[in-house]
Formats: sequence, structure tokens, C-alpha cells
Amino acid sequence: MATASVYKGAGFDFSNEVRNTFLSERGIPLPKATSTGTTIVGCLFKDGIILGADTRATEGPIVADKNCEKIHFITDNIRCCGAGTAADTEFTTALISSNMELHALSTGRKPRVVTAMTMLKQMLFRLVPQPTHYHRPPSSIAPFPYRYQGHIGAALVLGGVDATGPQLFTIHPHGSTDKLPYVTMGSGSLAAMAVFEAKWQPNMEVRIPHAHPLPTYAHSPPPPPQRAEALDLVCAAISAGIFNDLGSGSNVDACVITASHTEMLRNLVKPNERVQKERSYQFRRGTTAIKKESIRSLIVDEDVTSITGEAMDIS
Amino acid sequence: MSDRIYLGLPGLATDVTTLKEVFRYRVNMYTIKEEREIEPETFAHLVSSTLYEKRFGPYFIEPVMAGLEKTPSGAYKPFIAATDLIGCLNFAKDFVVAGTASTKLYGVAEGLWEPDLEPEDLFETCAQTLLNAVDRDAYSGWGAEVHLITKDKVIKRTLKGRMD
Repeated sequence: MATASVYKGAGFDFSNEVRNTFLSERGIPLPKATSTGTTIVGCLFKDGIILGADTRATEGPIVADKNCEKIHFITDNIRCCGAGTAADTEFTTALISSNMELHALSTGRKPRVVTAMTMLKQMLFRLVPQPTHYHRPPSSIAPFPYRYQGHIGAALVLGGVDATGPQLFTIHPHGSTDKLPYVTMGSGSLAAMAVFEAKWQPNMEVRIPHAHPLPTYAHSPPPPPQRAEALDLVCAAISAGIFNDLGSGSNVDACVITASHTEMLRNLVKPNERVQKERSYQFRRGTTAIKKESIRSLIVDEDVTSITGEAMDIS
Repeated sequence: MSDRIYLGLPGLATDVTTLKEVFRYRVNMYTIKEEREIEPETFAHLVSSTLYEKRFGPYFIEPVMAGLEKTPSGAYKPFIAATDLIGCLNFAKDFVVAGTASTKLYGVAEGLWEPDLEPEDLFETCAQTLLNAVDRDAYSGWGAEVHLITKDKVIKRTLKGRMD
């Protein structure tokens, strides 16, 4: 008889589902998953795009991580901000990142942002029908044979610069996408969008206080904003989220992507740094009563016993 | 999990046992295949993907990991991490907490912890944080245990706590 296959099949395992439903019926609640309340934004500027994010991760009303990273790597020229269920954004972007690398290697072209966007929306929404065989090797034709239909709670802002120029998208957990010059997502999206709506204008000039009003471009197409002011705008939008939305907080992360290179600006602004404690709360050694102590040494002791006697004949 | 990696598994008792065995199996497989010991960060990712595999039917568990990772120079660097029940990693620079008393632990640890403590001072801070938080949690208690992991020894101490 052939031995049982150890191959598990790609994708999620639902084996605990029945038990968990039973447990929650019996009144044992499921522990809360970490979510990123989040303010994430993206905006187009002259030479490319800027992505921005706050750094707070929450577990219900508790701040689980005060300085987490929400701007995820997709490829060298594409990044993705994630809001929603933290594990989902983390794993979804990691999966798309590997698939994009494989795609780039097989096509021999620099990856495009639309490709990542299409992969993400197809995975989150899922158009291709489910295969008949559940246990199917991962190299099947359909890359994502599951219908998540919004169950994977990943709300994303995807941005990058490729052969077709700067691209900026938002992707909702159900798989709908938008393509706009400035976007916001997460619980702080309203606060951030308010800033964008008030200040984002395609004819903004460089960041110098003007004594007289700016010239208006009535007939010529307005130039897109420059990097410095675009970065300031992203900062202001994220800060609006940090200070006005309870789900967002701590620091500002940003990422500037241009045709030539990508610059990750981790903790660009730290408006909520913890100040030095006024006094130390160290305990005197021996404060805690100990009942038992056992020590496990990690140093391998080696005793060399020299056996004196007749020297070995090496002639 | 290994000489220099420790794992805490608060949650449903059946899952504690299951996962303890799952991780023992996977760490052993890794050690055999790679012919070296697993690094704490690699182990954290192993925990994370094991839990995320059960995204839509999770284990009721919130693991906490602590260990010493080897730097390229050969020295050891402390490492801590925690994940939620579906495997979202949290690599904190200060402290990680989990379990039914987590809300209390966050508060006490935030107040007591300070950077660069000596091993024995860290033990006192950690022990006091744990004892005081646990006393305000109805579901935790009945003794406590602290493992102090240093580069050349691991000290396990059983603390004197309330037994009610």
C-alpha cells in the first residue's frame, strides 16, 4: 500500500472551524485579532508618488504596537500601505510580492503597478470559479482558487512608478479598486481626506511663503506638486489622522517613489515620542520572593584529562 | 523550543498542547534539514505562518516568544516577539504581553519597564509586573514563573504569589 500523502494543499485550513463555532456557542469568545485602525494615504506629485502611514496597531481598545510598519514592500518600484486586519495585510502583501517577483522573472519585464493591483483584487474578490479538486498542487492555472469575498480584511493603498508612469490605487477588502490622484484609507481616512481636499491642488508651487497671490493658470495645464510640498502634504494628512482619529497614532512613515529610485522614510516625523521618565522605578534586588530556583547552564564544560604514560610511537 | 528560544502559549489548553507539539515537530524538522539551530526571528515567522494557515478557524492562542539571536560577530542579542491568534507578528523593542491579563500587563509594564536593565533588575521588573497584573485578573494566577535567559545560563524561578 502506498504511504499516505503528506501534501496538504495550498491555502487555508478550516479544520478548527467546527470546534470554534461550538466554543463560541458555549460562550467562550474568540480572542481579538490585531487590527490596524490606521490612517494610510497616497498622493501623486510631479516625479512620482508618495505613500504615507501612521504606526499604531490596535487590539480592540488597546494599543498593541506603538511603532509598527504599514508600508509593505511589493517590488523595488512598488509599495503598498495596509489597513484592516493586520495579519491579512501582512500576508496578502507578502504573497503578492512573491508572485510579482515570479511574474517579473517569467516575463523578463519590470513589474507594473496594475499587475499587482489586478492580482490583489482577484485574490480578494476572486473571479475564477473554484476548482473541483480541493487538493490541488499550488502550480494550478488559477492562481487563487478561493473566494474570499471580503473575508480577508485587507484595505490597501497601492502605489508605484512603472513603464506607464506613476500609478496610485486603492483596493477594498471586497475587491473593488479606484485610481485617483490622491487617496486615503483606514479609520483616519476622513481626517486625511479632509486635508487633501483642502490643500491638494495640481497647481501648487514650491514651498516659499508668497507676499502676493500665486499666478493662476487659467489656460495652460497646471504643473503637479513638487516633492517637498507633496511630502509636507502627506505628513499633514497622516498627522490629521494621528491626532483626530483614535484608531491611528504615534509616528508618520512615508515612502517616496520616483522613476529612478524608491526612498522609504521610516518614522519621518515623531510627534508622540515618549519623554524620559522623571524617576526610575527599578526595584531593589531581592524584592520578589522566590520559592524555587533552577539554573541551566548553556556553557559546555570540557575537562581534558591528560593521560600520562608512554608517548605514542610516531616513528 | 531550543536552548536559547522560549515560547509562551497562553490560551485554550487543548491548543497549547497541540501547538507545543506542532512547533516541536517543525523546529526539529528545520534543525535536521538546515543542519543548524533555528534563529529566534525565523522561529517567530514559523509561528506566524503556522497560525495564519488557520486564518478562518484559528487556534485560541496568543504566543509570546523570547530568545537570544546570534549577531554576525558571534555575540548574542536579546529578541522578543508576540503574535495575535492569527499570526500577526509584533517585534517590540521594549516588552510584549499576552493572555487574559494582557490589558493589566500593558499598563504595569509601561510604567515599570526601562531600557538597558541588568539581568537581575530585569527579573525584578518582570516579576513585579507579572505578579501585580495577575492579582487583578480573575483568570490568571496561582503562582508564577520567570525564566531569565542570559548568554550562558537560563535561570528559572518560581515566584511566591497569591494562591487563590
